[in-house]
Amino acid sequence: MDIELVEIPKWNCCGAVSSLTADDVMHHVAPIRNLIRVIEMNEEGLVNDEKRLIVFCSMCFNVLRRSNKRVKEDPKFLETINSFMDEERDYDGSVKVMHFLEILRDIGFYKVKERVKKPLKGLKVSAYYGCTLLRPRGVGIDDPEAPSIMEKFIESLGAEVVDNPYKSLCCGSYHTVGGNKELVAERAYKIINAARERGADLIITSCPLCAFNLDNRQELTKKIHPDFEHMPVLYFTQLMALAMGMESETGFDGNYIDPRPLLRERGFLEG
Amino acid sequence: MTETIIIKDRNIDLLRLASEISGEVITLCEQCGICTTSCPMAEDMDITPASIMRYTQLGDEFVLETRAIWYCASCFSCTVRCPRGIDLAKVAEALRQIKLRKNQDYLKIDELKEEAEELPAIALVSAMRKYTG
Amino acid sequence: MSEEKMITVYIMGKAYQVPFGLTIMKAMEYAGYRFIRGSGCRAGFCGACATVYRKKGEYKFRTALACQTTAEDGMYLAQLPFVPANRKEYNINELDPEKNVLSEYYPEINRCVSCNTCTKACPQELDVMYYIQAAIRGDYRQVSELSFDCIQCGLCTARCPAEITHYHVAQLARRIYGKYQLKVPEHLEKRLKEIEEGKFDEEIERLKNMSIDELKSAYVQRDIEKIPRGEVSDE
Ligand code: SF4
Ligand code: SF4
Ligand code: FES
Repeated sequence: MDIELVEIPKWNCCGAVSSLTADDVMHHVAPIRNLIRVIEMNEEGLVNDEKRLIVFCSMCFNVLRRSNKRVKEDPKFLETINSFMDEERDYDGSVKVMHFLEILRDIGFYKVKERVKKPLKGLKVSAYYGCTLLRPRGVGIDDPEAPSIMEKFIESLGAEVVDNPYKSLCCGSYHTVGGNKELVAERAYKIINAARERGADLIITSCPLCAFNLDNRQELTKKIHPDFEHMPVLYFTQLMALAMGMESETGFDGNYIDPRPLLRERGFLEG
Repeated sequence: MTETIIIKDRNIDLLRLASEISGEVITLCEQCGICTTSCPMAEDMDITPASIMRYTQLGDEFVLETRAIWYCASCFSCTVRCPRGIDLAKVAEALRQIKLRKNQDYLKIDELKEEAEELPAIALVSAMRKYTG
Repeated sequence: MSEEKMITVYIMGKAYQVPFGLTIMKAMEYAGYRFIRGSGCRAGFCGACATVYRKKGEYKFRTALACQTTAEDGMYLAQLPFVPANRKEYNINELDPEKNVLSEYYPEINRCVSCNTCTKACPQELDVMYYIQAAIRGDYRQVSELSFDCIQCGLCTARCPAEITHYHVAQLARRIYGKYQLKVPEHLEKRLKEIEEGKFDEEIERLKNMSIDELKSAYVQRDIEKIPRGEVSDE
């Protein structure tokens, strides 16, 4: 696609959830440190005058973009962070945080279509956006009430879009840890059933935590609701790899509900 | 029937603290309830999101003992819909922080055990940021 | 003695005159302190002598090994003879390296806020934050490589706002890496076999019968066998 992605050397975990309080500086340090790395990459010649940081995970994207926005809007806040990280060069707010889907949209989904080797004709795919790709307004990459970017992505791969009224209903996120897992399993039930009722074969998502909750938590969903039928949940790049003929890159081994039987049956996978 | 609510200094303290930490004007809430209807967690909460706002406005410390402030998943469904432009997710975060900053964690991480090796890092990291101080 | 340059250091708040040029450890001993805990090798290897200090007029809270750092005029000193840290019990033979065992035994690693305080505290100049970051990802190899020179002084652990016990995490990672992932180097296997076959029995007998002085001179004259670099690497 004529995009060369260069990984940040020594990136650190951004924290996964954005700190929402007015007075907390500490939890913005992690994301800003990553943005400083991007500037260093420019200085060290790893990239040439390129300040776009491309993020695949919706949660990382949300955290990085929010912290970036915060420091840009509040110079005093940025100064505090810079003076705290006295071992690093200062951050100046110049990095642009983008989700990979935004890059695809900028380049044009028709370009994605051109690269597709095996159009997923007849495969019915439902998009699951979750929260952090869309909300809040001003941070998300699409209309939070009526998003369409993932649908365009699905279409560009030749698959058929299946709408889901719960496509941006929270899956329960980090409630998957500790004593409230049922909250997640119940939401998976709601979201997956709604997709099935409309004829979907599988669901895609761009958030690894949503993927875990909708995929791995199906075990618990099935326990609570014996009538529940499993459905494969793919990370959006897995579907892209499949359509672009990069089967070895699909990583289906990591899925809890194995999508391969379905994909073989439909002729999208050999053997 | 009328109910008398007595607002004491202590109550004002909670409202002021929650306002400061969240940066939101909590008194703007007009109790329309759109947050509650938008909230994917409301059905499992003990009090509704709108009630979280109301109790906080009244400075009633009862709100700090509710399940609702922890069940809020920071999904921002209410945030994008509030007609008053209040970010309830921030208010809930402030209320959680009031507890966490007093060393009252919601999650006992030492009790996670085997569960922790199965969970992806993104789940553990986010839960620890939300549930522990 | 009289021409010796003296400096003032403050040990736990009290001023003492000590000669210039001593290590923090020796300066404290000069001032009359006796190390019962908090000192071991006196050579920067054992990690027992963790120390914290501030310099005159500086906001920085500094950390060091007392046996390796020269005392300076105006230093405020305190020893940290022990850092309470929770070391978990596990049976190395029963761990599953396919999973994130580090998160199971030390789930608090996921609380890291990337403040980098640990890295700044480490007297071994290790990239402590990045080994914790690697631990979150369950990357045993990277944790092992980045933490290899850790001497378990505990300074990182004393400073971490996320209450992580870094060096125990790193030790567990190195054990898992060593047991399950690192290939046993050929030369080690070869040597172990030679020992089993009794190749060195005679020589050990000879050493056992030496007097202390003979042993000393044998030690000084010993030959260090060079191992070609390639043979040590694991891949
Ligand atoms: S990693 Fe921690 S315990 Fe190990 S040497 Fe560095 S500061 Fe000391
Ligand atoms: S001191 Fe603790 S929180 Fe800070 S970077 Fe090190 S491990 Fe993370
Ligand atoms: S005494 Fe052993 S490292 Fe200082």
